[in-house]
Amino acid sequence: MTLHIPLVYYLIVAAALFCIGLFGALARKNAIAVLMGIELMLNAVNINLVAFWRYGSPNPVSNQAGIVFALFVITLAAAEAAVGLALVIAVYRSRDTVNVEEIDLLKW
Amino acid sequence: MDITGIVAQLVFGLVAVLTLVAGFLTVTFRNVFHAGLALVGTFFGVAAIYLMLEAEFLAVVQVLIYIGAIAVLILFAIMLTRGLMQSETSNINKQWAWAALAIATLFLGMFLIILQVPWVHSGGAVYLDITPFLGTQLLTTYLLPFEVVSVLLLAALVGAFIIARE
Amino acid sequence: MDIWSFITNPLVSLSQLINNLITSILMSLGIPADITRIVVFLITGIITITILLLLAPGMMMYMTWLERKLVARMQDRLGPNRVGPFGLLQPIADMIKFLTKEDIVPEGVDGPVHLLAPIVVVIPVILSFAVIQFGVGLGAVDLNLALLYLVALGSVATIGVFMAGFGSHNKFAMIGGMRAAAQIISYEIPQVLALSIPVLLAGSISLTGIVQAQSGLFGLGWFFFYIPIGPIAFLAYLIAATAEVNRVPFDLPEAESELVAGYHTEYSGMKFGLFYLAEFLNTFLISAIAATVFFGGWQGPLVAQIPILGVVYFFGKTILLITVQLWFRGTLPRIRVDQLMNFGWKRLVPLTLGLVLFTAITLPIYRFVMLALKGLGG
Repeated sequence: MTLHIPLVYYLIVAAALFCIGLFGALARKNAIAVLMGIELMLNAVNINLVAFWRYGSPNPVSNQAGIVFALFVITLAAAEAAVGLALVIAVYRSRDTVNVEEIDLLKW
Repeated sequence: MDITGIVAQLVFGLVAVLTLVAGFLTVTFRNVFHAGLALVGTFFGVAAIYLMLEAEFLAVVQVLIYIGAIAVLILFAIMLTRGLMQSETSNINKQWAWAALAIATLFLGMFLIILQVPWVHSGGAVYLDITPFLGTQLLTTYLLPFEVVSVLLLAALVGAFIIARE
Repeated sequence: MDIWSFITNPLVSLSQLINNLITSILMSLGIPADITRIVVFLITGIITITILLLLAPGMMMYMTWLERKLVARMQDRLGPNRVGPFGLLQPIADMIKFLTKEDIVPEGVDGPVHLLAPIVVVIPVILSFAVIQFGVGLGAVDLNLALLYLVALGSVATIGVFMAGFGSHNKFAMIGGMRAAAQIISYEIPQVLALSIPVLLAGSISLTGIVQAQSGLFGLGWFFFYIPIGPIAFLAYLIAATAEVNRVPFDLPEAESELVAGYHTEYSGMKFGLFYLAEFLNTFLISAIAATVFFGGWQGPLVAQIPILGVVYFFGKTILLITVQLWFRGTLPRIRVDQLMNFGWKRLVPLTLGLVLFTAITLPIYRFVMLALKGLGG
């Protein structure tokens, strides 16, 4: 069934999702919204990896490098979200704001 | 007239449009809680795309981890960092115009490159239950990354706990 | 399709008959084979979905009747006995009440979030019904990853609880929602680890595979009887799953609504009815999962010859486990939130981790020994 949908469609969807996530990471004020953009980018990368696994390897069953890679990316995204959000909460506690435009100076 | 192909492409179009719309809403909602909920919608869409790529284990793990853990974590953090007033001012910062320009250029570039590369399609796979093979490979070929990732998760756990402690 | 298979397995034979009938009607009208296949698939799918969507609330209604009667008898009083004989029409009266109550929406509530929260809580539970095997070959879908699918859907309910707490514009509802979410995510880990014991023993994540692996000893080779890991895993699963669905003794998020407030305090009428539906369907679901993976599901004596007995066995085991849950409700007091967290993280997680470690180490040794004995004997 997969071969009814050309590989190019999946790659374009992944590229579009990556660009949307990049916009979120660059142009949002709330630090947590920036983290959400990063999660979107990681998801887009995962779609790419799995699409290449399915279409690119001659034997997708015995060579599951694509899925294993995507699985590790999901795990690392979880670890990074945990630490990133802990940092945001710590910054909120000391500066009382999560607006990235206001958290731009270290203590002087 | 290949009816299966037409149905497959319709389904793919629907899922892709829903995912991209949800992603777009994530980065444009003013209220960051609503943006978090749109993010959950995007994760469901991505899980549906994995199902179409015949990676069922990854789709279920995506729902379990991204929606059941990461999205909950994000919503908890939003809850804990709300200001006194839920300010409804714009949530886009000063440099959004430059960002939009750069990103449009990037997408255009990627689109053109993707359409021009002669991708090599290997033969289609026979549909099997691939999860046992995945499990075996995780513990034989990819054993080292598996163990390193578990140490990394432990470090992230302890680190997050210590950073967020009062 | 002979008479014997109709008598011993009526439901599956009936569904095959309907399938063949529709296919032959459509083929005789001249529609090509491809489109016929898709149309038959859609029609049988819609019939299955309709049956499940009628079965689920029906069971939930009679579970509420059972709960009220049982808890009442434990408290030395009669339950509802006015509406119909033995109060059997009481759930219908309750349903009419829910449907006609005024839907009060407080001011300042976050519109779409408040509206969608009950839906996000109910839908994962109803989706989970699609993989439960009610009898031999009588599940809507037979997924290869059924147990993982069930676990994943259980974790989606956290988002709904959060939405309910946040969208209510009420400090107490929000605290109740955060506590409920914290409780659900804390007890997910022991639940998943306890469920991985039958997966290790059966070598398969699909529910059909797990049920078929319990077919030894004339259909009584259930995983519950694999002392010492079976009963302990079952107990750990029961406790963790009861905490997951906010049932007594872990119903602090709801009890707060009696004392102060909880995450569904601002909901009235049908929206509260949906939360109520979700709670009872969840109780049924965890009893069904425990019956399937620890007690053999539709497995039992003589199921291979008379498959319809599978349905009887499945519902018997599930109703027994539901009665145990209702028994908890009638007897146990509520646990405080700090005791709850303490118990979850410091007692259940090490217990289930140790259990998985023990099973993983001793299972190959046991199998090797059994194989060696068989080799020596034969």
